[in-house]
Amino acid sequence: MKFKSGLLISLMALVTILAGCEPLLVLDPKGPQAERQASDIMLSIGIMAVIVIVVLVILAVILFKYRASKQPDDYEPPHIEGNIWVEVICIGIPVLIVAYLSFVSVQSNYIVESAPTGYENEEPLVIYASSSDWKWHFSYPEQGIETVNYLYIPTDRPLEFKLYSHGPITSFWIPQLGGQKYAMADMVTTLHLGADVPGEYMGRNANFSGKGFAENIFNVTAMSQKEFDEWVEEVHERAEPLTEDVFNKLLEPGHLGQMTFTGTHLEFSPAPEHNHGSDTDDLESNHDDHTSHDTQTDSTNVETDHSGH
Amino acid sequence: MEFFERFAIPHPSPMIYASMVAIALVSIGILVGITYFKKWGYLWHEWFTTVDHKKIGIMYLISALVMLFRGGADAILMRAQLSGPDMKLLDGQHYNEIFTTHGVVMIMFMAMPFIFAFMNLVIPLQIGARDVAFPRLNALSFWLFFAGAMLFNISFVIGGSPDAGWTSYFPLAGNDFSTSVGTNYYMLALQISGIGSLMTGINMMTTILKMRAPGMTLMKMPMFTWSTLIANVIIVFAFPVLTVALLMGTTDRLFGTHFFTTTNGGMDMLWANFFWVWGHPEVYILILPAFGLYSEIISTFSSRNLYGYKSMVGSMVLISLLSFLVWTHHFFTMGQGALTNSIFSITTMAIAVPTGVKIFNWLFTLWKGKIRFTVPMLYSIGFIPLFTIGGVTGVMLAMSAADYQYHNTMFLVAHFHNTIIPGVVFAMLAGLTYYWPKFFGFMLNEKIGKSTFWLLTVGFVLAFFPMYITGLDGQARRMYTYSEATGFGPLNMLSFVGAALMAIGFATIVYNVYYSYKNSPRNIGSDPWDARSLEWATHTPVPEYNFARVPQVFSSEAFWDAKKKGHQLFKGELKDIHMPNNSGVPFIMGIIFFIAGFSFIFAIWIPAVIALIGIFVCMALRSFELDHGRHIHVKEIKEIEAQYEEVQGNEARSHTTTRV
Repeated sequence: MKFKSGLLISLMALVTILAGCEPLLVLDPKGPQAERQASDIMLSIGIMAVIVIVVLVILAVILFKYRASKQPDDYEPPHIEGNIWVEVICIGIPVLIVAYLSFVSVQSNYIVESAPTGYENEEPLVIYASSSDWKWHFSYPEQGIETVNYLYIPTDRPLEFKLYSHGPITSFWIPQLGGQKYAMADMVTTLHLGADVPGEYMGRNANFSGKGFAENIFNVTAMSQKEFDEWVEEVHERAEPLTEDVFNKLLEPGHLGQMTFTGTHLEFSPAPEHNHGSDTDDLESNHDDHTSHDTQTDSTNVETDHSGH
Repeated sequence: MEFFERFAIPHPSPMIYASMVAIALVSIGILVGITYFKKWGYLWHEWFTTVDHKKIGIMYLISALVMLFRGGADAILMRAQLSGPDMKLLDGQHYNEIFTTHGVVMIMFMAMPFIFAFMNLVIPLQIGARDVAFPRLNALSFWLFFAGAMLFNISFVIGGSPDAGWTSYFPLAGNDFSTSVGTNYYMLALQISGIGSLMTGINMMTTILKMRAPGMTLMKMPMFTWSTLIANVIIVFAFPVLTVALLMGTTDRLFGTHFFTTTNGGMDMLWANFFWVWGHPEVYILILPAFGLYSEIISTFSSRNLYGYKSMVGSMVLISLLSFLVWTHHFFTMGQGALTNSIFSITTMAIAVPTGVKIFNWLFTLWKGKIRFTVPMLYSIGFIPLFTIGGVTGVMLAMSAADYQYHNTMFLVAHFHNTIIPGVVFAMLAGLTYYWPKFFGFMLNEKIGKSTFWLLTVGFVLAFFPMYITGLDGQARRMYTYSEATGFGPLNMLSFVGAALMAIGFATIVYNVYYSYKNSPRNIGSDPWDARSLEWATHTPVPEYNFARVPQVFSSEAFWDAKKKGHQLFKGELKDIHMPNNSGVPFIMGIIFFIAGFSFIFAIWIPAVIALIGIFVCMALRSFELDHGRHIHVKEIKEIEAQYEEVQGNEARSHTTTRV
């Protein structure tokens, strides 16, 4: 019985600590995707808590009732093989719970994998977010702007992040706006997010990527479309253009502060949108034109040269 | 000098130098000690060349315990580094190496040998056999595991430890981003011990399918035997995937191939898929035998038969099938799209159903029982609610849309420790306490054992439950530091306190062994727990040939029925017993594999090629060797059996008069 009380006390201690804190980031959503995820999380916590409590209660009662010290010495426990109806209930209830959660899960998958609800009519803002050791580069191709380690976004407008990496696999994550997705070197992944509330949010790489991983974070500022447009204008007035040389310097492993440029690196170093997932195309083009393979190797060499600065 | 530079540590620190000195001193101490006490012959004849499943099991057990402390030291360092914001105990590089080796050591070199220890110790006894099907292969399995483990463990003093995480995702683990030999160690050490595991899988499957005592049909096998059979079927299907993936990774790193690179047609995501096609079944390889042990223990200490035997077997078969259909849930966030994620979300949640059935069956086994709160039983009872929490958080993680928020966070770390520690580690400690008297002839002290249990349980709850909260608050896993502004500090401090309690708990196990060795009575008989299956029907400690007469089995609880219903287990005349001969070849092959692995890691080709040839020479020699084993004659058996009876007679007498 000591076990029960010990567990309960520690659980209660945890809840108290939990209650004394600021709301947890993931459970304090500021956008439609994060809201859906937070509601899924709360729903599953609720159902799962009931299961845990039921198991705990049954276990406690049985342990209390059938402990050897309470029973006569000559008590011989019966031989019970199992009962088909008991088994059916034990299978049936979990099946129902899992079926319900599966339904919710599938529905949520399609919701978080499409443009956020609430402002579907707005044109989505496309931002390329690419990681390098250990920084984030945000390219706004429409606006012709590139930033490093910070992100300005308009509220009430669908955001479409195109993710890829200049190095190891990373994971782009802004907990209060929605869940994460991998950024990889040989393909581009798409993450749909949206922000309802203006404010500053934490963003980070969540996937281990080497020595500087812990500090691989960025700031997100959500603002109204008007303020966003003003910021874009301001950048065009003040910032320096991003050249290939400057960009290659940025790619070198290390940490950088926040930076702003006009133009994007996509112009001279495009995202690997057709590199992967279309291997057959590559093969065909190799057949057609043998030089294409050489060009690819060349460009790799050039990159290595630059990273060796 | 240039040749030796490659063996230097790329990122040395005082802690590593101190461990170097410690390792050197301990090794010298052991060698001098063995020589001084003239134990080389004893070690060679009794242990290095043994093919006896019990001795191999004990060697697995000792290795697993040593590795538990090795991995535990990593764990406590990590928790100490994270116990407050901006701690300076470890730098980023050192922290990365430590969480990588913690994961690899705990899964491959602690949990795996621990379950192999129990499979080896218990399975032949439980099915009434005299050894496993291929005793020499079994010895080779052990020595390959041991060679792999030693190879991995020298990494941090020679050449540097792997630092790309125990999942070793490419391209981070590739030559571009992991320039030290660390990941080579990972590839080769896992390869060598993995080959050993695969052999064990074949061996145990064959043993269980072909060597059961007369009368023991499949549906009369004890539950631990069933769980071992299924786990080994999974091994045979899953480990080849690891073997191939590691081989591809090795050639990428050593010979410049492009399987997992991001250029020239390589695909880094392929590694993640291969790794988890092996890796997910791997966790069921660990948990199913643990379930088996819990079933034995709960049934024994409730003095009741296992409830729902058939559904227990059915649910394990279902789990083993589903375990191959869920690997994608380890990277829902890779961008496969809603449809793929939905399918794998459903298959993952489906596993909760058979697992839930098992939980209910254990509860119903306790029901109407006569529950004795012994140490093995405490672990089993603690397991039920704690594992349930680990299981339901698994269902939460299986909701793929929500997983975008859990993935790569401390929530996930909390979840898998919540399944592995109460699920596997508690089962191993329960099994250790439960089977200890069978193999060592004395009981572990119950009082110390109970304090161990409480320290571990309270420590576990304090260490891992806070991680669920910090995970939801945005603490990513594998971060070596965090700032004060994040607010992760207090809960991480709580985790550290819990980890410290667990460390004390594990230390009490060592003390318990020492204390019990000194103080426990030796007159415990062959059935100290009033148990139910065949392994308790033979003498304690178990004679070399296990059973003088092969038992006749009538039910899944053969020994219990023999005690209660008077079934006669051992009938007929004594006959000569055919036993396998000892062999030094497995040990030598272990050494050759070690040399081969080491040479490949450092790309020193001449010894690598020689060692590879050596391996094939050993195999060729074996196939030309004429070794039909030996016979223990009836006269000798009678003498041994008489000795046991005499001891037991004395014990029965001394039992009433003296108590140590």
